[in-house]
Amino acid sequence: MKTWLPRTYLTLVYILLYVPIVVLVVFSFNDARTGYDWGGLSLRWYEALFNNTAMVRAMWNSLWLALSAATVSTLIGALTALALHRYRFRGKRVLNGMLFVVMMSPEIVLAISLLALFLLVGLQLGYVSLLLAHVTFCLPFVVITVMARLSGFDESLPEAARDLGASDFIMTRTVLIPAIMPALLAGWLLGFTLSLDDVVVSTFVSGPSYEILPLRIYSMVRVGLKPEVNALGTLLLVFSLVMLMLSQWILIRSKR
Amino acid sequence: MKKTLLSLRELSKHFGDKTVLDALNLDILDGEFITLLGPSGCGKTTLLRLIAGFEHPDAGTITLDGTDLTQVPPEHRPLNTVFQHYALFPHMSVFDNVAYGLKMEKRPKDEIRQRVDEVLAMVQLQDFARRKPHQLSGGQQQRVAIARAVVKRPRLLLLDEPLSALDYKLRRTMQVELKRLQRELGITFVFVTHDQEEALSMSDRVVVLKGGLVQQLGTPREVYERPANLFTAGFVGETNLFPGRVLSQADDSISVDVLGFKRTLRRPGFKVQDGQPVHVLLRPEDIRVLDPDGDQGVAGKIVERNYKGSTLDSVIQLEDGTEVLASEFFDEDDPMFDYRLGEPVRVSWVDGWEWLLPEEAGEIADRELSADA
Repeated sequence: MKTWLPRTYLTLVYILLYVPIVVLVVFSFNDARTGYDWGGLSLRWYEALFNNTAMVRAMWNSLWLALSAATVSTLIGALTALALHRYRFRGKRVLNGMLFVVMMSPEIVLAISLLALFLLVGLQLGYVSLLLAHVTFCLPFVVITVMARLSGFDESLPEAARDLGASDFIMTRTVLIPAIMPALLAGWLLGFTLSLDDVVVSTFVSGPSYEILPLRIYSMVRVGLKPEVNALGTLLLVFSLVMLMLSQWILIRSKR
Repeated sequence: MKKTLLSLRELSKHFGDKTVLDALNLDILDGEFITLLGPSGCGKTTLLRLIAGFEHPDAGTITLDGTDLTQVPPEHRPLNTVFQHYALFPHMSVFDNVAYGLKMEKRPKDEIRQRVDEVLAMVQLQDFARRKPHQLSGGQQQRVAIARAVVKRPRLLLLDEPLSALDYKLRRTMQVELKRLQRELGITFVFVTHDQEEALSMSDRVVVLKGGLVQQLGTPREVYERPANLFTAGFVGETNLFPGRVLSQADDSISVDVLGFKRTLRRPGFKVQDGQPVHVLLRPEDIRVLDPDGDQGVAGKIVERNYKGSTLDSVIQLEDGTEVLASEFFDEDDPMFDYRLGEPVRVSWVDGWEWLLPEEAGEIADRELSADA
């Protein structure tokens, strides 16, 4: 059996995937002014980052937006999925199909139509318009994640709860929600990441009152990147790793 | 005489244009173990779901001890269900599963703990209270499901094929355990199954269902020995069915031509006329397989033999091609007793052990159609 071929192949794939990230992390501790040469270890870019008030504000804005967009879309998405799963109603298939349309349509189309809509109703571009836009593109992902979980759900569980004296509301709270909890969590995380690094839609629907991180970084590219972006990237990486481990930990705990 | 606990009147249920229950009437007595028996699609599960309140009848009423339950939602009915696949809450421990119903009643914590411990001890699971359902075997999950349902002390326990997911040996153990529980608790059990052996061995009364109608309601013995119609006869146990024709009648016996012989049989419960066709029913264990040299019975030959441990089951082909099932117990005097294939024998039965049924409407229509053609 030749095993060197798949091994080499896999190694190459992982190098391609992770070298840029490793470079970014290493260079965030680089003392030199440029990204090309090594000037020894230093935390100066982290210091510079935290002194850059515009950047820090953009980061907090982005985190707050991602948090709220993920939470709102998880709430609406979970209820939508439950409705689609439990009830038969007119327009159910249309609703289901429309979710996929939102997911499949090019981001630029969504961005233009949302901008047109916001201008039409006279909505000030800022946090609210960003939130509405982000909830729109996160929603289908949450619905589909929760629906997938519900499709394998034992239909006699809600009946058992009702049979034992639970009202519909209490049954939903004590049986249905715990059963779809992993999907809610996954959907929330998906929404959070999608919102955090969205550029295209955000470019169109954000205003000067509420600057978010991806747009801030993008605007910096034009005047030349400073190594403090590396520091920022490293911080975001650590943050996502912590989030990922947290969610895994919750999932494992809930299974036990 | 026991009093009626649950009364079903003119209960009908349709799914689309399919009639599942057709104006069904049934009285369930207080404290009995009653089994709903029938093939799949006979309406037995639907009937159970109507009693539990998961489905609404299109017409008819459900009354429990004088209270009309027809419009009452499931959470307010004083009865509980054991589901086919147990439906244990996967994210809760065994204790929390069993305590769920009591928590819904908002019982004090001490009382919940005490009652759950009690019922877990009853099903011998007191050491498993902290486990999650997926850490239990099938039989243990089954017992949790029963404990969860009986901890609320319901008037009536509904069991939807609760043993169908267990292997044969465990199923036998659980049958015995269920009977014991029912005796100890004094709760009325409504048990759904398609397994006729299970129905006969466990029940006080059996309801045979087909096409949304009650075919027969009676004790296991009645249903087995005196089936009300051809369906019950064929569904419950193995049956030999011979066509016969009434020759003449006396006070408490009639003379019937069956398999070319004239036999004097007990007068059946239905009205007969001379010349009327009837069915003569014989269970395999009622058949006597005799020596081929005798002059009793009908001649035939063994075409199949099945060793069943306690019985020897054989199929005998008569000269006219009719196949007869016979089941004989091993005799102490002749433990090596056996047949070889093709061995000539004669077949008979003891007069009075047969059961007569009239020809049924469908058959008469069939015959008239073929006579017309």
